[in-house]
Amino acid sequence: MSIRERLSGNEATAIAMKQINPDVVAAFPITPSTEIPQYFSTFVSNGEVDTEFVAVESEHSAMSATIGAEAAGARAMTATSANGLSLMWEMIYIASSLRLPIVMALVNRAVSGPLNIHNDHSDAMGVRDTGWIMLFSENNQEAYDNMLMAHKIAENKKVLLPLMVCQDGFITSHSIENIQLESDEEVKKFVGSYKPEHYLLNDKEPIAVGPLDLQAYLFEHKAQQAEAMRNAKQVIKEVAEEFEKWTGRKYEFFEKYMLDDAEIAIVCMNSTAGTAKAVINDLRAKGVKAGLLKIRMFRPFPVEEVAEALSNLKAVAILDKADSLNGAGGALFEDVTSSMYVNKKQVPMVNYVYGIGGRDTTEAQIESVYSDLQKIVETGDIGNPYRYLGLRKERN
Amino acid sequence: MTDINTKTPMEKMTIGGDIYCAGNAREFKTGDWRSMKPVWIEEKCKQCGLCFPVCPDNSIPVGEDFKRKDYNYDYCKGCGVCAKVCPFKAIEMQEV
Repeated sequence: MSIRERLSGNEATAIAMKQINPDVVAAFPITPSTEIPQYFSTFVSNGEVDTEFVAVESEHSAMSATIGAEAAGARAMTATSANGLSLMWEMIYIASSLRLPIVMALVNRAVSGPLNIHNDHSDAMGVRDTGWIMLFSENNQEAYDNMLMAHKIAENKKVLLPLMVCQDGFITSHSIENIQLESDEEVKKFVGSYKPEHYLLNDKEPIAVGPLDLQAYLFEHKAQQAEAMRNAKQVIKEVAEEFEKWTGRKYEFFEKYMLDDAEIAIVCMNSTAGTAKAVINDLRAKGVKAGLLKIRMFRPFPVEEVAEALSNLKAVAILDKADSLNGAGGALFEDVTSSMYVNKKQVPMVNYVYGIGGRDTTEAQIESVYSDLQKIVETGDIGNPYRYLGLRKERN
Repeated sequence: MTDINTKTPMEKMTIGGDIYCAGNAREFKTGDWRSMKPVWIEEKCKQCGLCFPVCPDNSIPVGEDFKRKDYNYDYCKGCGVCAKVCPFKAIEMQEV
């Protein structure tokens, strides 16, 4: 029986972590994720968890301590944002290459500079090829639910990869919404205990972790990581099915909102999906067949499924909340268009970079995207595929 | 643990390159990193015992008689510390 509450995204994440009761949490405060370790350290002080909380002096150390703890055989977690994640950079790769199923809450924020503390996805996009599983969350409920599913995915023997649960800084992390929580006992039962096969503190089996891996070996170890990432897909599906049986809340690789009969659609991640749904409801009332595909599982990327889901549309806009500054479109645009091409699906697609540095994304803006898509359908002319949404500019 | 070598396919390799047993550093021979090598001139050696404690690896074997023997070049990286501490010029650094 679920418990009705009202919580911010950060509170929801901290409560999920409390219910998971990990062995170690090592974290350093950074806006907008600061509240997660803050709330969690309160749980530690109040004796509500058995966790060893390591108040480190930097994010590099936060990830290092998390790696050390996980390699030792503990279940270890952390939380960060933006430049905190940047400072973890070196260790982010170490975590995934050592195949340590660490779980991290990433509260998305613009990576400076110039200095900005508000939401976009530039932090997450910076680590999209580091071998971490990446789940995105539209609201506090999804941030909570993804966190409850995280360990069962990451710790699965076929996977053994670190996982980050992303949510939008401030928009989700600091907004209080209604939420359904599960009971401590049921969460404990669902998540289960962590029983690594090999770990440093096992006195029956002395092991070495992270040895020198030169020309004859690194290639195969990277291919093993890639294989584990491919395996993660099936595991993410199975865990979501088990989660649905328990809570009644359904999660797939992506959410299709009014997509099946849609002619035009937006693809986006995190909180913007909520705004898009509101716009779709209005457009549908006016007879416009608008839809949405909201990516939940960004890594591994659901290549075939995305291509299939978008194949019958007449025009699609992919919204990137991070500018890749590469003259070739945002990260999500590249992934979606590549999925389409490889699966031989040809649909007109345009890219919008939007919401940078916490710029508000309004219903009017989203509506303008659908209106642009209608023009593309009518004229068959894509025009410039690399566009901006909500940018101040003298001329378009 | 299975023997992993340069012919082992990826499916048979341990994840992350983990080594599930201890005491195997000696299997990794590092002598080919060397660009200079120490040469022991036995007739000048007084067996004073200053060289082998300063070797960062285990390249100077010591016998039951507490006397040093000739170099084990499998692990000597040619750092030259032994030659530097020898008071009797009994160790000479030479080009490999």
